[in-house]
Amino acid sequence: MITLNNIHKSYVMGSSKLHVLKGIDLDIEQGEFVSIMGSSGSGKSTLLNILGMLDNYDEGTYHLDNKLIANMSEKKSAQLRNEMVGFVFQSFNLISFKNAMENVALPLYYKGVNRKKRNAIAMEYLDKLGLAPWAEHMPNEMSGGQKQRVAIARALISHPKIILADEPTGALDTSTSYEVMEILKEINNEGITVIIVTHEHDIAAMTQKVVRLKDGRIDEIIRNGDLRAFRHTYNKELETA
Amino acid sequence: MLDLDLWKEILSALRQNRLRSFMTAFGVFWGIFMLIIMSGAGRALENGVMEGVKAFATNSAFFWTERTSVPYEGFQRGRRWIYNNQDIEYIRQNVSEIEYLSPRLFGWQQNGDNTVRGERTGAFNIFGDYPDYFKIDGWTPVKGRLMNEIDVRQKRKVCVIGERVEEVMFDKEEDPIGQYLKISGVYFQVVGVIHPETRINIGGGKKEETIIIPFSTMQTAYNYGDEIHFFSVTANRGTSVSALEEKLKRILKERHKIAPDDMQAIGSFNIEAEFKKFSMLFFGIQALTWIVGIGTLMAGVIGVSNIMLVIIKERTQEIGIQRAIGATPAKIMLHIIAESVFLTVMAGYVGLSLGVGLLEVLNQILLAAGDEVFFRNPEVNLSMALSALAVLVFAGAFAGFIPARRAIRIKPIDALRDEG
Ligand SMILES: Nc1ncnc2c1ncn2[C@@H]1O[C@H](COP(=O)(O)OP(=O)(O)OP(=O)(O)O)[C@@H](O)[C@H]1O
Ligand SMILES: [Mg+2]
Repeated sequence: MITLNNIHKSYVMGSSKLHVLKGIDLDIEQGEFVSIMGSSGSGKSTLLNILGMLDNYDEGTYHLDNKLIANMSEKKSAQLRNEMVGFVFQSFNLISFKNAMENVALPLYYKGVNRKKRNAIAMEYLDKLGLAPWAEHMPNEMSGGQKQRVAIARALISHPKIILADEPTGALDTSTSYEVMEILKEINNEGITVIIVTHEHDIAAMTQKVVRLKDGRIDEIIRNGDLRAFRHTYNKELETA
Repeated sequence: MLDLDLWKEILSALRQNRLRSFMTAFGVFWGIFMLIIMSGAGRALENGVMEGVKAFATNSAFFWTERTSVPYEGFQRGRRWIYNNQDIEYIRQNVSEIEYLSPRLFGWQQNGDNTVRGERTGAFNIFGDYPDYFKIDGWTPVKGRLMNEIDVRQKRKVCVIGERVEEVMFDKEEDPIGQYLKISGVYFQVVGVIHPETRINIGGGKKEETIIIPFSTMQTAYNYGDEIHFFSVTANRGTSVSALEEKLKRILKERHKIAPDDMQAIGSFNIEAEFKKFSMLFFGIQALTWIVGIGTLMAGVIGVSNIMLVIIKERTQEIGIQRAIGATPAKIMLHIIAESVFLTVMAGYVGLSLGVGLLEVLNQILLAAGDEVFFRNPEVNLSMALSALAVLVFAGAFAGFIPARRAIRIKPIDALRDEG
């Protein structure tokens, strides 16, 4: 599904150059539930953005669904994003002057689905996420958890193969975070690949595979079976913190 | 592409920023409004003035005499002289460029009340004219008829009178036709009441206070001999009246022993040159109107462009979100440009309608004021309105284009990260 081969990424700021990703090799299969962890500034968001075709990389190869993702026109990548990827952001990124239903329906607008049809579909998704009564509400009338569920509905509506979520629970309290994770798990159970970035070990522990970044490289990958070991490490980290 | 959704998008975006949208639109509105009003007013002035002269032969020239200013062939300077019947005869025979030639005698009004009818008296401008005169300076009969060739040939004692003359010399219910007026001691029968078609006034006095009698009758009845005070000519089609004017002056100077370099002795006046001045003036007014109007409009459009830039900046993150979830750059550009065009055209349309409406109201007021005003039909023609609208669409697209380009040049990830 996703194959990264020796991915490098630098940010150039004036004369200085910040080497953020220093050779990332990573395979993610269809239907996996992956979390990316690492200290602040380790390049998690950078990696996720490259995966979501929001940013380009300098070196290496990125294959998505066996297609090489490189040197695409902005039009092509917009279409690919629309088809393949659903985004969930830490700050929700809903459009403030559209109500919940319109926000959810937006990706279908870019696909050319007519208003009536896409609003009906948006209602289905909102219903699935328990938000049907909130369909007509504007984002500023909703709680963080509700907003994030709207954002998830929006990410799902175009039937993506992958959901990319950058700290989806970063702005939520623990119980709401768990609710959101439950939803993401259900989505994953339907066969959609879910990749999240998180700082929270308990959140990461709910995924099947944890990728730890350190200094722009993959430090370790902890698989499903080793989650016990992961919990162990996590506890140790808690102690040292 | 430009579907209902797009319009809903645009409207909601504009509604988000009501005040700013309004202020922006106002610039464009004002530009168009001023353009329409100024152009209409300029046109009205032109119409008003042209209405006053349209029945006047534009290829006409007028001649009178002044004292000589150069001594010549034994004559002192300051000599008085006058045209005569032989001059006219000679010109008719020898100058083929002439279409109409109409000599005239003035019976001066300054002599006090020169017209009597029973108890009534009045001081009017008396002219001895040929019927050709009516072809140079148009008049229409409101009652009776104009003077004709037969009147002149038979030296009939008939007259046509202006409307003011009728008012003074006759009762309201009276029919002046067939009645007699005693003009400077001679009885003339009224055959017509005439109305001036033009406001150009040759010979002074109010046109409504004119009495015209046959030239031949005037010459004999008042002992003018073969004198002629004044004459008018029009040039044949294809001949310049200015050239004709010069030619006639040359001939007349020679016939009356006037120095060829005497610039004063022959008074003359040529309408063609005056018309040219007028056309230049009106052209100037229209040109100025457009320059100022387009300038104002440009300022409005630049305002729109500026506002769109600000809107784009404010919405950078929103645009980032849209691109993340699949909006293509073309779609985003289309949105921004459509928004700009919409704003511009709406504002322009309101300006256009209000401008045209105001002109219409003005027109009604002017119509009510009658035809005494030099201001008439302040209309804006359809083609101008349409071209203004086309300019607006174009300007709006232009105003949107630069911000739109800026918007899509930002990478989606940078747009998303924007903290604006
Ligand atoms: N557009 C950019 N221009 C320059 N430097 C950038 C840019 N984006 C990120 N960086 C730098 O790259 C490094 C990695 O950033 P990134 O956002 O990937 O970190 P992260 O792992 O997501 O951190 P956090 O946990 O704080 O979100 C950081 O040092 C950051 O300052
Ligand atoms: Mg980050």
